Amino acid sequence: MKIPRLTDTTLRDGDHAVSHSYTPEQVRAIVKELDEAGVPVIEVSHGSGLNGSTIQQGFSTHSEYDLIKAAVETAKQAKIASLFVPGIGTSKELREAAELGISVIRIAVHCTEADVTEQYFRLAKELGLETVGFLMMSHTQPASVLVEQAMLMESYGADCVYVVDSAGALVQSGVRERVSALKENLSIQVGFHAHNNLGLSIGNTVTALEAGADQIDGTLRGLGAGAGNAPTEVLVAVLNKMNIETGINLAKLMDAAEEKVAPLMQSPIVIDRGNLSSGYAGVYNSFLLHVKHAAEKFGVGVSEIMEELGKRQTVAGQEDWILDVALELAERKGITV
Amino acid sequence: MSKVKAAILGSGNIGTDLMYKILKNDGNMELDLVSGIDPNSEGLARAKEKGIAVSHHGIHAILEDPEIKIVFDATSAKAHKLNAQALRDQGKLAVDMTPAAVGPFVVPTVNLHDHLEAMNVNLISCGGQATTPLVHAVNRVVPVHYAEVIATAASLSIGPGTRQNVDEFVRTTANAVEQIGGAKIARAIPVFNPAQPPINMTNSVYAVIKEEFDEAAVIESVQSIAAEISSYVPGYRLKGTPFVDYRETPWGRLPTVVIMNEVIGAGDFFPTYAGNLDIMTASAYRVGEVYAAHYLSAKEVTQ
Repeated sequence: MKIPRLTDTTLRDGDHAVSHSYTPEQVRAIVKELDEAGVPVIEVSHGSGLNGSTIQQGFSTHSEYDLIKAAVETAKQAKIASLFVPGIGTSKELREAAELGISVIRIAVHCTEADVTEQYFRLAKELGLETVGFLMMSHTQPASVLVEQAMLMESYGADCVYVVDSAGALVQSGVRERVSALKENLSIQVGFHAHNNLGLSIGNTVTALEAGADQIDGTLRGLGAGAGNAPTEVLVAVLNKMNIETGINLAKLMDAAEEKVAPLMQSPIVIDRGNLSSGYAGVYNSFLLHVKHAAEKFGVGVSEIMEELGKRQTVAGQEDWILDVALELAERKGITV
Repeated sequence: MSKVKAAILGSGNIGTDLMYKILKNDGNMELDLVSGIDPNSEGLARAKEKGIAVSHHGIHAILEDPEIKIVFDATSAKAHKLNAQALRDQGKLAVDMTPAAVGPFVVPTVNLHDHLEAMNVNLISCGGQATTPLVHAVNRVVPVHYAEVIATAASLSIGPGTRQNVDEFVRTTANAVEQIGGAKIARAIPVFNPAQPPINMTNSVYAVIKEEFDEAAVIESVQSIAAEISSYVPGYRLKGTPFVDYRETPWGRLPTVVIMNEVIGAGDFFPTYAGNLDIMTASAYRVGEVYAAHYLSAKEVTQ
């Protein structure tokens, strides 16, 4: 099997799990470990992408540009990437991140809305960036729709398109089908980004590799939105066992996960009721902390909010609907706030 | 009673929906012409069917008729920038429904009467029409330090113009939340949701307040402006009662007024879920009506 390119997104997806509180010092420490371990790409930005520091997504305690700058300064071999969501970020932030020295931009949209990315892929290419398209909430659409959308991104200048399991809702057959279809129809690379709501983050990533994925994602200790991601150190251990030589130093990753990332965790990331109900209902993972906040404010259950958000077919960026759902559930139960 | 002659420039979906709104209301305007550039467009066929004069010579047909006093521009920002001067030179009021923003932003419930002598007014964006009056309603009770508006619409209701230029929506809407809404700092974020069946347009406003305030007065102000908006956008309503939530912000832990809103379209031409498009045509109609009334009263005075 070919050697996949691994992107570690502890400092982007993990940003959700630390409530956007990363400091430049923490970024330096984590980038140093990942870089020395030989991880080829490290993603750094607000969890919801550049310019994500908002009420809707959660305010960051430190300037994202300071974090990116710290990462760029620290990395010796690794490329620094950022996430970009059109509408949250604009051309202005994309230009500024490029100016700070990122090499890769990952442009993320709900998996039916690829046509809003054209302006940004073109700009990213003008700026000399490597470009990755992120089809979020890929479980909501069949492979045929994802292929159509991925082909649009390819036509705009994407170097790779990811099947992104934002809700951790895909099982292995679903991953195989989607990744294979993209491989068959695209001439660019294909990636897979997992979440662990159904306990399948590693299994699904291995399945994606078997289906031909060229790029995969992980986070140290699985630190990421909701149920978290495929733990980078576990992924590397599994690849070693599969005799896929990534050249990444496992011992160093284990130390980094244990010593640098575990102490940052607000609570252990486990598949508890909130995370399982979120994955089962197919709800975007970064909603979790917002759902907990709303559940507490309105006196309703986390699982019932998740279930209703699933029914309403919410997409990334709709944290405001959490409040709407919680308010309605509370009204239905006669709870007054 | 005499009426003011109006024309619609652009025979696409927006122009067509606006045409039905003008025709179904017996107001101060008389629709004189619908002018597009595609002789085979559905919009022109529909106008003809309703007995309205049509042309496919775009702006030229409108400039040829000195009687036309109000022109609704439902083309594109690029086209409007080209046409604005010619309309002004001929003394025609341009109600600009594109994001061109050549003239001042107007929102009927907030500042229409400040610009009655303007010859070109701009309707911001769907999200701007829906949310800036809500921010204004808070700000007239207590200063809004930071406002963030989230405008969510069904994917099917978002045309290629918006899709190719999300930056423009974000910038224009955020500017209007500051200028019209009165927020010191503002953000605007669009969300496109492809759910089936399609969702109605919804908007959320977060208004961060730095000083003590009378919560009941804020809620009453918001409710009263929502009622006013619904007088010209019948499907506009608040979802639940606005409430205060404490949030961690860059300025400390502060009270944040949360306002949620839904806009259901009137279904004149667009499907009812496309409240985002309906609020644009309904607001344009309202602006046209107010200007027409103003024009007629000014004429009476001079006669």
